[in-house]
Amino acid sequence: MLPVHDPKLIARRWFLGQCGVSLGAIGLIHLLGQPATAADPLAPRKPHFAPKAKNVIFLFMAGGPSHLELFDNKPGLAKWDGKLPPPDLLKGYRAAFIDPRSRLLGPKFKFARHGKSGAELSELLPHTATVADELCIVKSMVTDAFNHAPAQIFMNTGAQQFGRPSLGAWTIYGLGSESKDLPGFVVFSTGSKGPSGGNSNWGSGFLPTVYQGVQFRTGSDPVLYLSNPRGVDHTLQRDTLDGLRELNQMRLHQVGDPEIATRINSFEMAFRMQTSAPDLMDISKEPDRILRMYGAEPGKSSFANTCLLARRLVERGVRFVQVFHEAWDQHGGLVGDLKKNCRHTDQACAALIKDLKQRGMLDDTLVIWGGEFGRTPMVQGGSDGRDHHPNCFTMWLAGGGVKRGVTVGESDEFGFNVTQDKVHVHDLHATILHLLGFDHTRLTFRVQGRDFRLTDVHGRLVDKLLG
Amino acid sequence: MKPTFRILAALLSACLATAPTRAADTVDFQRDIRPILSDFCFKCHGPDEKARKGKLRLDLREMALKGGRSGAAVVPGKPEASELIHRLTSSDETEVMPPPRTGKKLSPRQVQLVRQWIAGGANYQMHWAYVPPRRTPLPRVTDVAWARNPIDLFILARLQREGLRPAPRASKETLLRRLALDLVGLPPAPADVDAFLADGLVDGYARQVSRLLASPHHGERWGRHWLDAARYADSDGYEKDKPRTVWMYRDWVVKALNQDLPYDRFIIEQLAGDLLPGATQDQRVATGFLRNSMINEEGGIDPEQFRMEAMFDRMDALGKGVLGLGIACAQCHNHKFDPLTQEDYYRLFAYLNDTHEASIPVYTAPELKKRADVFRQIRAIEDDLKRRTPGWEMQMAEWEEQTRSNELPWQVVKVQNAGDNSQRYVYHEDGSQTAWGYAPTKWTSQFRGPTDAKKITGFRLEMLTDPNLPLGGPGRSPVGLFALSEFRVEWAHPKKPNERKRVKLVSATADFGNERAPLEKMYDDRSKKVRVTGPVSYAIDNDPLTAWGIDAGPGHRNVDRKAVFVPDKPLELPDGAILTFSLAQMHGGWNSDDNQNNNLGRFRFSVTAAARPVADPLPRRVRLLLAVPAERRSPAQQQAVFSYWRTTVPAWKKDNARIEALWKQHPAGSSQLTLMARDRSRPTFLLDRGDFLKPTRQVEPGVPAVLHPMPAGAGKDRLALARWLVDRNSPTTARAIVNRVWQAYFGTGLVATSEDLGVQSTPPTHPELLDWLAVEFMESGWSLKNLHRLIVGSATYQQSSRVTAEAMSKDPDNRLLSRGPRFRVEGEVVRDIALCTAGLLEHRLGGPPAHPPAPAFLFVPPASYGPKTWAEDHDASRYRRALYTFRFRSVPYPVLTNFDTPNGDASCVRRVRSNTPLQALTTLNETLFLEAARALARRTLADGGTTDRDRLVHAFRLCTSRKPTPREQEVLAAFLSRQVERFSAAGARPWDLAATDPSRPPKLPEGVTPAQAAAWTAVARLLLNLDETITKE
Repeated sequence: MLPVHDPKLIARRWFLGQCGVSLGAIGLIHLLGQPATAADPLAPRKPHFAPKAKNVIFLFMAGGPSHLELFDNKPGLAKWDGKLPPPDLLKGYRAAFIDPRSRLLGPKFKFARHGKSGAELSELLPHTATVADELCIVKSMVTDAFNHAPAQIFMNTGAQQFGRPSLGAWTIYGLGSESKDLPGFVVFSTGSKGPSGGNSNWGSGFLPTVYQGVQFRTGSDPVLYLSNPRGVDHTLQRDTLDGLRELNQMRLHQVGDPEIATRINSFEMAFRMQTSAPDLMDISKEPDRILRMYGAEPGKSSFANTCLLARRLVERGVRFVQVFHEAWDQHGGLVGDLKKNCRHTDQACAALIKDLKQRGMLDDTLVIWGGEFGRTPMVQGGSDGRDHHPNCFTMWLAGGGVKRGVTVGESDEFGFNVTQDKVHVHDLHATILHLLGFDHTRLTFRVQGRDFRLTDVHGRLVDKLLG
Repeated sequence: MKPTFRILAALLSACLATAPTRAADTVDFQRDIRPILSDFCFKCHGPDEKARKGKLRLDLREMALKGGRSGAAVVPGKPEASELIHRLTSSDETEVMPPPRTGKKLSPRQVQLVRQWIAGGANYQMHWAYVPPRRTPLPRVTDVAWARNPIDLFILARLQREGLRPAPRASKETLLRRLALDLVGLPPAPADVDAFLADGLVDGYARQVSRLLASPHHGERWGRHWLDAARYADSDGYEKDKPRTVWMYRDWVVKALNQDLPYDRFIIEQLAGDLLPGATQDQRVATGFLRNSMINEEGGIDPEQFRMEAMFDRMDALGKGVLGLGIACAQCHNHKFDPLTQEDYYRLFAYLNDTHEASIPVYTAPELKKRADVFRQIRAIEDDLKRRTPGWEMQMAEWEEQTRSNELPWQVVKVQNAGDNSQRYVYHEDGSQTAWGYAPTKWTSQFRGPTDAKKITGFRLEMLTDPNLPLGGPGRSPVGLFALSEFRVEWAHPKKPNERKRVKLVSATADFGNERAPLEKMYDDRSKKVRVTGPVSYAIDNDPLTAWGIDAGPGHRNVDRKAVFVPDKPLELPDGAILTFSLAQMHGGWNSDDNQNNNLGRFRFSVTAAARPVADPLPRRVRLLLAVPAERRSPAQQQAVFSYWRTTVPAWKKDNARIEALWKQHPAGSSQLTLMARDRSRPTFLLDRGDFLKPTRQVEPGVPAVLHPMPAGAGKDRLALARWLVDRNSPTTARAIVNRVWQAYFGTGLVATSEDLGVQSTPPTHPELLDWLAVEFMESGWSLKNLHRLIVGSATYQQSSRVTAEAMSKDPDNRLLSRGPRFRVEGEVVRDIALCTAGLLEHRLGGPPAHPPAPAFLFVPPASYGPKTWAEDHDASRYRRALYTFRFRSVPYPVLTNFDTPNGDASCVRRVRSNTPLQALTTLNETLFLEAARALARRTLADGGTTDRDRLVHAFRLCTSRKPTPREQEVLAAFLSRQVERFSAAGARPWDLAATDPSRPPKLPEGVTPAQAAAWTAVARLLLNLDETITKE
């Protein structure tokens, strides 16, 4: 069983079982039963079985993108446009804003088939269409929540209640981090606002806080407090760290607490991060063709720049990158806003896939695209909006051991209910963990007398998604 | 075998040897067997009936003996005849337990233990935590001289059993620093260290303990621990995450701990302070504990769903915070490990389910005084009026007589929301509705309902108070007010409901409307248009910029109000005509993600056919009192009638004006979320899988059978529950808090899983000590300060924390307490140490939260969901203790988050303690830490003597409480001279580092150059970043 419940034991076991050597300044004797934080809880660890994916880039399209306008082609719905839905459809259905007995609204965009796989995509996604054969499109997603904050928290932590660890946190807890000078779990927010669920979307819950996501923003100071304060240059910072190290080492010899050694290492890693992070963020040195491919522009903040950064992060050993693009809540302005959103995101999403592929990184990098729920086939407002809909929505995955060029699942003629291959959020989580090398029932953490897991008591591996 | 592997194997076996050794032969069910059964078996063979497999139950002896489908699982004395042993050791994949798919397997050692246990008779014992704690005789130890109090005997006995010796006493400097950080969360001043160094060790230590326990900062330090459990935050959480004003609760906790309010009272007041006879404001504020739950006001939510989420959160806080039991599992199903049923859960739930989600006005001590003063003066004038006016009773009775009969007949129109579905409503039986959930800020709501009236001459809109509204309403604004921009009515024939005809309203009256007043700044809508509130006529003037407002000022603005609207001509209606009321509420602010709504809260529509209807000038409360015969009114009720009546007496105009002037002096006060019992009970149902949409059977309040019984004759209210929780017979309450206090001192509790003492908890390292402390705690009157005195008075606590090779191998995590505690202090203390050391700390206690510097981008999209207000303090408030830092749940203060401070999403009784590069970046580069470095440098240059050596010692002592060693001094001196050189070089810009604003450099002490100031700032920064500075040594 790995990891064991106690982070301290994990760290110790790892040191003893896998790391073995290269213990640095601490010295082997200190490892013997060292306190929790002294061993590196972020050290890379092996999962339950050989993983397909080593890294994850989760493009979180917050707000609830309309599957009906993007992925789930419903010519039948067009015929129902302006009519009331059949009463049977609405039994027990709760909607967020609208009276469920609202008129149906036909799809607003044209669809066509793309690639050898013949994946159906809307005209809003011309770039995504060019990588159709890399995608595993899941048209049969279902979730439990239909309000933003709880549904986002659910998609990211497997529970609607706040306070559980996020998918990224579980991933780092299970696999550790490959990067010595960047956090293992990096988060961006690129939409018009932050996600509804706030920081809890990338929180560590009851897991140790080292596993929580670290917010980056584009620009030269991507991490909080990264830059030296005014009046402190590189030399002074180095000089300060040398002084600190010397004094901390003296103290280590006086009191013998290995925690001091960890502190010394933390300062050294912080110092390295001060160089590596700005370097990472500087996309100006990327070749023009790469910038053009993403639609990235150095010096600006955009989803495109962030996708490029996501690749650069993964290249540098960052395990989990999550980009929140909160923009997809089209209660109104459905047509205009979807056009705008796709203009902002479509090209970069496709570029990310292509770029990862051409670098040979797609095989072990899992890319996930999707939001917290879908949208109703019923209209909200006049004729240009849709309400939240948990029963059926679409996500796509690519790379990282996912089956290429398939579309999984089907919905009814309204895109209202899933009719085939239902994939619940818990199932998606189980499958993602599987790709990362974990049996989702065994990646656990004990708290409050119970072994908690991302999938709670649910979750089913969805074989159809596996390559 | 590779050499590294051999070393590792040796280390591993050494590790195993350090596991708590057990007495060789005796198997203890409690210690050895229950954890095995619980871990490997109970999930399918435990208390949860629904999850039970093979009809086998192993948590009760009787059932284990009886066995399940495969026969007797346990045959006492005969392990080999026991199915249990057979299954644990079977090599048949279909038989072996636990099933291979679980990935769980007992070690040979564990199987052996089970075997031994069965051979010994398979005796069961109740899990220790469910047996009330008892004092056991103090252990006998050989080296009694070391011990200072009974704690030490327990610790020493265990150490001796393990062949360990306690560490020597820590140095005086270390001791005082440890004590100060523990008792007040601030490092000692060098003068305190000097005083202690000059004082006798034993007496001096006791004096320091008393001094620190008496410090008002003690409550701040320990209050923080409780506030974690209470998941305190200054915002609602979820998407909107609006600020809430609940700091009075935080201050109540601090005050209670400073006063050493006995812990049983502490709990009773937090659970049911409002139900205590003659409940004080403080006791009501205390009930904020359960109200610290998050509130979801996202658009499109069902508010009842999130009220239930809040209820689950309260149960969780009760479980972790008070009972020390993880009861949340039983929300969806019977507990799999502990003997807690789902029914137990909902019966406990029923005690808490019967409250309003109340918001009450609250006042600070000076405000309370002012308020009492105002009321006394008003009363004096009223008494004077009575004295001056013989026969006033007769006059008032006459007035009552006339007035009683002049009430118009009104017929209530029951309506439903007919507008958009963003704001939601609770519909009451009296035909009124209360708004809740999302609150749009500029909008028009619509309500529709049929009426029997054939003729209508007037429409009445009653605005009603409701405990669930801010300050009791009647509006939804943060102070319970509203602004009605326009009121419109339409009617339609029932057969043609869509052909609505607008009613022309020509006059409006109200029992109150405030003077024309510009809208407060908080409702700014960024339109730059002047919007006002004023008389009720503003609601029918077709001008959305004007609105009816009812702000009568603090103290009497939260009362029922009414308005009557009259059509141009009486309305003749067909049978069952449908009325539609539109309420334009255009006086909110631009940001619906903040507290900027000015919406109606609870309201009711009615109609009349009376001639020339006007709004009853009598306040509703007085009108209702008039229906009570004078002789049956209480004195307060009688006084209330008088207080209204006097305003109608023309001769008293001047006195009435004086009283109105006094009302203007009424303090504004603040708000607090509290519990408030409902008049009518709310039934509680057992929820299938915890789903609020799936209620099954109704349950009555009650307590779990496994815990102590509710005393006979106890009521069924929260107060009964509160008293039960702190009953002397409670097996877990005292243990839970004593264990958490221990955890705060030593880093880990006697039971490591301090949130759960149940069956799945880690066994206590010193069970007898835990019980002894729990009993001592209860018998000393539940005094926390007594407990603190006891712990810090122990030799165990006073040990040096130096880690020897022996200690490292035999007691690696210091669970046996073979040395003193040493660990990095909590996030709040990290920051407080820097400010205190620098001399910047603002020591003021309590009050509204502070806004220290924070990166502005965090509070605006796209970092946050909605735009948030973070008005950075530029006065001393920015240097207040971290306890007072405003806590947004969705955007937690990053400095604290980086140091593992929880954000209040859920109850937390055990923080993790990490050691990360982000922490290093924070203390190196964050604004306040840098300001602290500058201030420490200036402080050192001013007060630290005149030589570099003296100054280095001074600064070092400020940070660590001890003098640097010669080698440490060498390193620092060399660093200092390098920096002086650097900042003296041509072109150097020392003020860049040494001044917060280089264009306005601070004044330096005589003879100090800017280069020195900069160099010393660099030194101070280094010192503030030492591991030792942020560590309790």
